[in-house]
Amino acid sequence: MTAAGTSAEAAPLLELRGIGKDYGSVIALDGISTTVRAGEVTCVLGDNGAGKSTLIKVLAGVHQPSRGELLLDGRPVTFAAPREALDAGIATVYQDLAMIPLMAIWRNFFLGSEPTTGWGPFRRFDSATAKDVTRRELAAMGIDIRDPDQPVGTLSGGERQSVAIARAVHFGARVLILDEPTSALGVKQAAVVLRYIAQARDRGLGVVFITHNPHHAHPVGDRFLLLNRGRSLGDFRKDEVTREELTTMMAGGDELTELAEELERPAAG
Amino acid sequence: MSATREAPAAPRDRVDERVARVGWWRRLLVRPELGSLIGAIVVLVFFAVLSERFRAPGGVANWLDPASTLGIMAVAVALLMIGGHFDLSAGVMTGTTALTVGIATSEWGWNIWAAIVLSLAVALLIGLFNGWLVTRTGLPSFIITLGSFLMLQGLNLGLTKAFTGTVIVGGIASAPGYDSAQKVFASSVEIGGTGFRITILWWVLATLLGTWVLLRTRFGNWVFATGGDDVAARNVGVPARRTTITLFMTTAGAAWFVGTTLAVRLTSVQANTGAGQELIYIVAAVIGGCLLTGGFGSAIGASLGALVFGMTQQGIVYLRWNADWFYFFLGAMLLLAVLTNRLVRRYAEAARR
Repeated sequence: MTAAGTSAEAAPLLELRGIGKDYGSVIALDGISTTVRAGEVTCVLGDNGAGKSTLIKVLAGVHQPSRGELLLDGRPVTFAAPREALDAGIATVYQDLAMIPLMAIWRNFFLGSEPTTGWGPFRRFDSATAKDVTRRELAAMGIDIRDPDQPVGTLSGGERQSVAIARAVHFGARVLILDEPTSALGVKQAAVVLRYIAQARDRGLGVVFITHNPHHAHPVGDRFLLLNRGRSLGDFRKDEVTREELTTMMAGGDELTELAEELERPAAG
Repeated sequence: MSATREAPAAPRDRVDERVARVGWWRRLLVRPELGSLIGAIVVLVFFAVLSERFRAPGGVANWLDPASTLGIMAVAVALLMIGGHFDLSAGVMTGTTALTVGIATSEWGWNIWAAIVLSLAVALLIGLFNGWLVTRTGLPSFIITLGSFLMLQGLNLGLTKAFTGTVIVGGIASAPGYDSAQKVFASSVEIGGTGFRITILWWVLATLLGTWVLLRTRFGNWVFATGGDDVAARNVGVPARRTTITLFMTTAGAAWFVGTTLAVRLTSVQANTGAGQELIYIVAAVIGGCLLTGGFGSAIGASLGALVFGMTQQGIVYLRWNADWFYFFLGAMLLLAVLTNRLVRRYAEAARR
């Protein structure tokens, strides 16, 4: 396991030091350390039940860690509620996206933070600004939507992820946490989302990319945190690990080799 | 089809073939009120052709009148349905508010305006109760408001009997302040020799207000979001609970307005007033394009639904058909509207992919 304080680089945006979380007597997460830097993608890899969701909830302020420290810009922080994490610039794009399928893209984009114009009883939703900003923000991410008036339900899964990412970026996220954004997508759609992750990174955000797919993580990631049964299998920089090693470690090392042997046809004659 | 407004956008050749498919006609098709607009035109033409009295100014005033009180309720109920809920107590609440006005004036000798204010307070409390219970328990509003519907129906009968000894409250016209209340709630406006009920004006204003709130305010955005997916809405910071409670109180407020209109216009109120009307409100909202599952609909559509109702009700009388056929017509209209809306929405959304 690599130590937390790596070298004399700038202070990381977000740093985890020995984070642990218990649910009653169940240790869901223990001794997790990694860093998230501005303009970098930190991938969190793990199989089902590895503790990925718990880690997200700790970072997003849904749960408070039982052990360890969370440092934002080098200062220890605690988030009592998701709103506090959001105000600190940590935005989470959940798998279910928090979007309303029947509503227009621009209405969804500003949902809960609608810009208003006018005063008193005539204060109204500034729809012209909302449409304009939506179109501009999506274009800045390289997202090409046909028409901001179309319902989100008519977008493909990848496009919806992209709109959610653009929304988080627009509302001042510095750290963007993406919960399995590619898991439900086909190869092409996943590639589209990976491109937007790279876009967000290039705009200077620190991205936490949660996935169980090393083939999606490796091309875009700068740092890889591997989880297994709530513990860290290691926290690697990109030059320290290959895609094959990631795959092997995720599958629990020897298990995959064993499985391969088990599945192999008995040699004929 | 090739005529689109998007042409002067960026010169991106890739975009064109996709945008070309979202023409103005398709934009029209995805509007929730389209079905009710077509329905209203068909019904209007049908009765206007067959009946001279229907198309005469006096006839128009006659069918606009039931449409107006129903329309005011339908707009509020449509907002509530878009927000994802039903209010089965809305109909009987018009009775409760009318009876409150009646009892406070005739039994206690109150000034009618004081009685009207009391009645508003009662209505808002019932709305708050409905909304609070629904958001608190997470139970379907159908069940919660079915409960309050039955309770109110019992209270209407029981309290009316307790106060008056009969099932009718009368003598509202002799209350102090009645003349001014009559001007606001029950007067007629002469246009070209024909008296039009002032409720028609209130109905138009309610429709405009409802549409403005839905499409042009933050609250309207929250209504769509709460009805579409309340968990997702809450995740992005929409005060879904407050929105729901406000919607229930708005429906109660509309019931207060209509109940007061009934009390002032008729000057006597039956204890069973309003029972059964709640379904008519929902029918009007659904004809107007509201989805039963919430998140989609329109205030104008609900008003058009109410208009269809008013025209059919009076049109059948003018044609001297047996009034029993009215409900058959209404049911057929409802089914037709739901089927059309479903087809249209599917077609419009599928073609956009």
